Amino acid sequence: MAENAIELVGINKSFGAVHANRDINLAIPRGTIQGIIGENGAGKSTLMSILYGFYQADSGEIRVNGKPATIATPNDAIAAGIGMVHQHFMLVQNFTVLENVILGAEGEALLNRSISRARSELRRLEKEYGLEVDPDAIVEDLPVGLQQRVEILKALYRGADILILDEPTGVLTPAEADHLFRILAQLKAEGKTVVLITHKLREIMAITDNVAVMRQGQLVASRATKDTTVEELAELMVGRRVLLRIEKGEAAPGDVMLSVRNLTVKDSRDCTVVKDVSFDVKAGEIVGIAGVAGNGQSELIETISGIRRAESGTVSLKGTLLDVTRHVDPGDLRDWGLAHVPEDRHHVGLVLPFEESENAILGYHDHPRYRKGPFLDIERIRQSAREQMTRYDIRPANERLKTANFSGGNQQKIVLAREIEKDPDVLIVGQPTRGVDVGAIEFIHKRLIEMRDAGKAVLIVSVELDEIRSLSDRILVMFDGRIVGERAGDASEGDLGLLMAGVEQREAAE
Amino acid sequence: MSTPYAKLPAWADYGLIPLINLIVAFAVAGLVVLLVGENPLRAAGIMLEGAFGSGRNIAYTLYYSTSFIFTGLAVAVAFHCGLFNIGGEGQAYIGGLGVGLVCLTFDSILPWWLTFPLAILGAAAVGAGWAFIPAYLQAKRGSHIVITTIMFNFIAASLMVYLLVGPLKPANSMAPQTRNFLEGGQLPKLNWLIELFGGTVRSSPFNLSFLLALLCAFLVWLLIWRTRLGYEIRTQGHSPKAARYAGIGETRIIIITMMISGALAGMMALNPVMGDQGRLQLDFVTGAGFVGIAAALMGRSHPAGIVPAAILFGMLYQGGAELAFEMPNISRDMIVIIQGLVILFAGALENMFRPAVQSLFASISPRSMGVAASRSGGA
Repeated sequence: MAENAIELVGINKSFGAVHANRDINLAIPRGTIQGIIGENGAGKSTLMSILYGFYQADSGEIRVNGKPATIATPNDAIAAGIGMVHQHFMLVQNFTVLENVILGAEGEALLNRSISRARSELRRLEKEYGLEVDPDAIVEDLPVGLQQRVEILKALYRGADILILDEPTGVLTPAEADHLFRILAQLKAEGKTVVLITHKLREIMAITDNVAVMRQGQLVASRATKDTTVEELAELMVGRRVLLRIEKGEAAPGDVMLSVRNLTVKDSRDCTVVKDVSFDVKAGEIVGIAGVAGNGQSELIETISGIRRAESGTVSLKGTLLDVTRHVDPGDLRDWGLAHVPEDRHHVGLVLPFEESENAILGYHDHPRYRKGPFLDIERIRQSAREQMTRYDIRPANERLKTANFSGGNQQKIVLAREIEKDPDVLIVGQPTRGVDVGAIEFIHKRLIEMRDAGKAVLIVSVELDEIRSLSDRILVMFDGRIVGERAGDASEGDLGLLMAGVEQREAAE
Repeated sequence: MSTPYAKLPAWADYGLIPLINLIVAFAVAGLVVLLVGENPLRAAGIMLEGAFGSGRNIAYTLYYSTSFIFTGLAVAVAFHCGLFNIGGEGQAYIGGLGVGLVCLTFDSILPWWLTFPLAILGAAAVGAGWAFIPAYLQAKRGSHIVITTIMFNFIAASLMVYLLVGPLKPANSMAPQTRNFLEGGQLPKLNWLIELFGGTVRSSPFNLSFLLALLCAFLVWLLIWRTRLGYEIRTQGHSPKAARYAGIGETRIIIITMMISGALAGMMALNPVMGDQGRLQLDFVTGAGFVGIAAALMGRSHPAGIVPAAILFGMLYQGGAELAFEMPNISRDMIVIIQGLVILFAGALENMFRPAVQSLFASISPRSMGVAASRSGGA
């Protein structure tokens, strides 16, 4: 048996003019955990997609266990013993765990035999790796952490020796992430090889043996994890020194600008997702809402910003009571000084096929500044978009370019520029830096602090605990639709992690 | 990492790809002609000759095109809002009622140039009204607009039959149609326009509504790309969630868009009813509502694309009629097959050749692609 589970030799891949992977050479020793980090668009997902057969490399060679392998489809990858756990799970929501595991490996027309085979195999895997899941549970009833476990089981059931995980912790609580890492360590101990793609430096430090850094399609560095530091990796990723944690002064809170009382919200499936939530945001402070994705934060900020209707409760903006149980026009809220940077910039905050200048007025297209009778003042709009692009360093500085052609960080800056430039009194930001490059994160965080220091009330929601902790003056933790605790901005990660997992609440209930 | 967003230069997007689709459609149509035992090249020659061979033929081609411009614009406006208005046929048919009633009322007391604006209003209002109901049901009740508009085509057809064999038919007539309009209810012909360019037209149905159609094309462009309403329509069409976030009322925008769409479809009736036949009769729409869908698809929902696409389909109509006449082996149904092939390749298979063209462009001139810009833009 060869020493390396996977060797990538001279891999090149271009999409049109974009050289997504440039001459990548990487050897991954058997029985180790290999980290791959890089900014968005650095080419790490492309590389893994080539390894898993979604794309074909333009040139180069893949060797699995020392032997050259042709991986044209995911089936080839599975046959070669490579399994992949995707960032967005590929599970059939209304199937049981067992049915999901055998999906695509049913074997024969009748299912009973393959199901019983799968059942005993699952039991074995459970014992071996600590991957406990009830095989008869319906997937959609499982928490996200367990769904991810099903994905891992799927790969192992197909005989994967090499497991690729793409941003696996994005949807997990710190505790769930820790459990995942224990599973990965167990897999490693059993001789499996794990490839972990992430942009979270701490995870790399905590779990991997080796780490490869990608930047602009190239593999810029390979290190043994124990010989490197977070600072060095960050610098390698970005190509320059970055401030991982921004400096900010003391907050000087003023009057209450936004006040939420007993807010209860149902989602489209009629489940109550926000339960009796009350809090205030004052001028000159940043309040962060922490929580694992899907605990009602999204619905909460959608309700405050007029996109979703509440079942009951009130929101007051600068002392004016809004009837959020009826339809509140987001346009009116803007006029009254509330700006909102939505979590999902691709579908909500931006219209991707629009030109940049058209997105720079989204929501403000009725503003007197941009209109000329029934017409849009196109010249004016483009002019002010150009100015905005300079001020926010949005690149490429072409206001006629389709928004889809901007990178994630620049797209986020487009939204942020649009909302901040209207000088709102209350700014709500959902996931300020999701999918944003490290360099742009620093820029965005600085802007948010500036807003605070200018006496604005800022409410942020983020699943990145680090971000919440570095920005917030006060932290509210949401779990299962409720605010389960409030902490100061310097609360410890462990403390917040417990709250996010709902631990305190459960104890209180018992 | 997302797949890089490959973008073609506009001329290839709007010119080259439709052209390739068209050539393939005609190649396949040629095979069909060959199968029937005729010479495809000769058939193509007859068709072109029939469509453009003389001033009269051009006039007929443009007469048909006029209808398709109206219905094509109607479909396009709805497309921009993410709505698929299949009801152009019914809205145009019922729009004829607006034209007919205005003409029957005023043709004896007003000159045509006063009846015309009233007839425009009548056609637009009735067409818009007919589109309002499906629009309301979609916006308020979530009934799918494709289903409701197609059902409304049947209702419109039945209603018109009822009116034309009943209330609108002169008492002692046998034909299911209204009385003939007087001079005040007929549009002047545009034959002089073709004669201006040296063609000779003895008689043709080509009339003033062609210019109205061109004006509407310009107004639709203005609406979609230059007005705040158009901005709202496009936002809703690309991303309903972004529209809600921007404070654009979904109900309002769906209803307004569909009514504009219905009004445009309704105005198509001006062309045959007031411009040609001079009376309201059965089935004057003859599928123009559906051809409009193809014209809108082929013209990429842009007026500058819809007008040439409509002229192409006008050519197929007129040239096809001549072809059926000249080559008895090729029946009218064959013409429909050829038209169907064009619709298939230009509309349904619109993207079939796109990847190939894109990679071709990427290899020739990387810089003309939008992707280069997105790479250099990493912040």
